[in-house]
Amino acid sequence: MEIKVVRQILEWNENCHEELQKEFNEKKILMLNIMGSPGAGKTTFLTRIIEALRDEYKIGVIEGDIAGKIDAERIANMGIPVVQLNTDGACHIEAMSIKNILPNFDLKDLDILVVENIGNLVCPAEFDIGEDLKIALLSVPEGDDKVEKYPLMFSRADALVISKYDMKDYFSFDEDRVIGNTLNMNKDAKVFKVNSSKAQGIDKVCEWIKSYIKR
Amino acid sequence: MHEYPITQSIVRISSEEAEKHKAEKVVEIRIVVGELSGLVPECIQDYFDILSKGTKVEGASLKIQKISPKIHCEECNFESDMKPRVYNCAKCGSSKVKIVGGKEFYIDSMEVE
Repeated sequence: MEIKVVRQILEWNENCHEELQKEFNEKKILMLNIMGSPGAGKTTFLTRIIEALRDEYKIGVIEGDIAGKIDAERIANMGIPVVQLNTDGACHIEAMSIKNILPNFDLKDLDILVVENIGNLVCPAEFDIGEDLKIALLSVPEGDDKVEKYPLMFSRADALVISKYDMKDYFSFDEDRVIGNTLNMNKDAKVFKVNSSKAQGIDKVCEWIKSYIKR
Repeated sequence: MHEYPITQSIVRISSEEAEKHKAEKVVEIRIVVGELSGLVPECIQDYFDILSKGTKVEGASLKIQKISPKIHCEECNFESDMKPRVYNCAKCGSSKVKIVGGKEFYIDSMEVE
């Protein structure tokens, strides 16, 4: 006898993702998921975003890393509420981990919650974690072939941020190849070019983020 | 990637369904996997055989149906199977296309006794 099932195998994560989205909508919190390789410049990018938006909005951060709390300390030194999430070897963050961490924040007092995902171009792209926007960073020194080699992340991102853009003259980096390949898969993706160390290009990213603020 | 938690989930869902339908034995579990899902189904059966030991679904075989992604053209509405890394309409050549399907990952049905 055949029985019809039709249930998502990743339902434990899908259900939790939807539950988180509902909660963030009710509390009017914009949730950002920042992804990219180790060394792409995610944390420096995030500190610039915080500097640019902190006067207007209340920001909280979840720092995902396999081990250690170096990044959380950087954010905490800015006076921003932050929780370090150590995955102890796991290559990505799942929605359940975010749910378990939320009691550490005063959600009534937050406009933006940013998750800096584990440095990895592969696995984080497979798991939704309650976010409104996925931001994929690709730094110039990583090479212009990465979108073709790791398509999932770039096909699911709401924004592609090309970071360390000031390094362009020192690497043979064909930005048209990167942007073209991303837009081919994902034609609604926004593209930004930033040099976080000098805060160049951050204003445009912030304008875009602001257009999604919920309160 | 992540075959272990995924296989755990397959065992859990299929056991729940078998219980719900009061099945004596589960012969086959049919799983649909999109080629863009980022999941490699080939080794799931081996994990399944280990993880299902002592459960209601022990001994079941997994039948995996792969789904290839399609592209839908927003200019001429033509829909066709996507060829790897080709993001243009196969009919009119437009690049105004959307990828539809290919990310599926679910248990479709089970054969039970």
